[in-house]
Amino acid sequence: MLVQYGIVGILFLGALAFGGAAMILSRLLQPHRPYPKKLETYECGIPTQGPTWVQFKTSYFLFGLVFLIFDIETIFLYPWAVEFQNLGLFAIIEMFIFLIILIIGFWYAWKEGALKWR
Amino acid sequence: MEFFDNIFVIAAQWIRDTLATLGFTSIWIEMSMGVVYLVCILGICTLAALFYVLYERKLAGYIQYRPGPNRLGPHGWFQTVADAIKLLTKEDVVPANADKAIHLLAPLFIFVPTVLALAVIPFGKGMAALDLNLGIFYLIAVTSLSTIPIFMAGWGSNNKYSLLGSMRAVAQMVSYEVPLVFSLLGVVMIAQTLQLQGIVEAQSKIWFIFLQPLGFIIYIIAAIAETNRAPFDLPEGESELTAGVYTEYSGMKWALFFLAEYCNLFIVSAVGTTMFLGGWHGPFLPGWAWFLIKTHLLFSFFIWVRWTFPRIRVDQLMSFGWKVLVPAALANLFLTGIGIYIFNNGLGW
Repeated sequence: MLVQYGIVGILFLGALAFGGAAMILSRLLQPHRPYPKKLETYECGIPTQGPTWVQFKTSYFLFGLVFLIFDIETIFLYPWAVEFQNLGLFAIIEMFIFLIILIIGFWYAWKEGALKWR
Repeated sequence: MEFFDNIFVIAAQWIRDTLATLGFTSIWIEMSMGVVYLVCILGICTLAALFYVLYERKLAGYIQYRPGPNRLGPHGWFQTVADAIKLLTKEDVVPANADKAIHLLAPLFIFVPTVLALAVIPFGKGMAALDLNLGIFYLIAVTSLSTIPIFMAGWGSNNKYSLLGSMRAVAQMVSYEVPLVFSLLGVVMIAQTLQLQGIVEAQSKIWFIFLQPLGFIIYIIAAIAETNRAPFDLPEGESELTAGVYTEYSGMKWALFFLAEYCNLFIVSAVGTTMFLGGWHGPFLPGWAWFLIKTHLLFSFFIWVRWTFPRIRVDQLMSFGWKVLVPAALANLFLTGIGIYIFNNGLGW
């Protein structure tokens, strides 16, 4: 078991090394002639206006919150789904109650307009 | 027949035996196999991208009644190789205002989830590099990581188009992750295992596409959105955001994003094959050939969708994801649960 995750580690490092090797190889082959005009931010030829790193659009945050709830729910649901056929009627009803509580929350978010793009 | 079916398993066993005779202990044999798997996976990535980039351009050409690339080599088959060499020798322009470290790290990290996801895909009987017992759970966890490098790219570029593109990408990938994960739950409920080999074994009698048609449709739509392709390619919508997240990237860095995009499409096709289309099951041909044929057909379907439908608006995208796909996926979950219960216990009279 641990050996398998060791291999995952090897793959992780290998993937990084592959990207790094490709970039280093490219760096050796490419021309390098920067000048100020070339290094400007490309916004269709118009000089860039104001800072880019600002806070905007709260609706992204609301989608993020709803996503978080559902993602945690799926972590609970996967083990349940594996054992579903062995657990009998009790587990089914229990999980459906769990789901229904979540669906009420989802309905509330929908009603309050969290899922509406403004 | 039996030999061709197991040719890669036999090859892996041969490498293990050779290492054992050279006097390696078992842990070092496993680690050496890890390196072998890494080389195989990188080979699959590169070959799949080289082949599918050209294949998509050809197919797109025929869909639009034009020949596509046809100058370089027989029927233009060397076009991608030429493109790769061109990208390798292109100057790498880093904007003066960019956050240089993040700008550099994003293309490095974009490739990691792709490689990690390919490790668990069963290309044939016993042919997954890692047969984790968490299988599909690991796959979902790893593929959802690809949101982070895309956001890094958008933030690090310090460009308004990039930032808008990356914000959209994150919102879209996060929204469509929910129906994607729910659509796979139905399969897990029937197969009773998270292990991908086990899920394919469970389909020896009937493919899950026939038991989970709604789940399959939801999976396909969500997978297109997860890979940021048309009609859901808002993160790089050319007509509004020039190139979206990738605006400030050039040369090899851009090529790495491009490579990862095609590999991700290959992965979602392969996962669709594993979960719904019966994996390696099929008559006459070896299992891995069946797996590749099914994956290829699914990939062709994705290309067909891309070149048929126009891009949709952001508000349509979000409301479709949350107000249509999520309820449909939940309904699929309920129906599957009730269906399994009735199938196992009868109707009770």
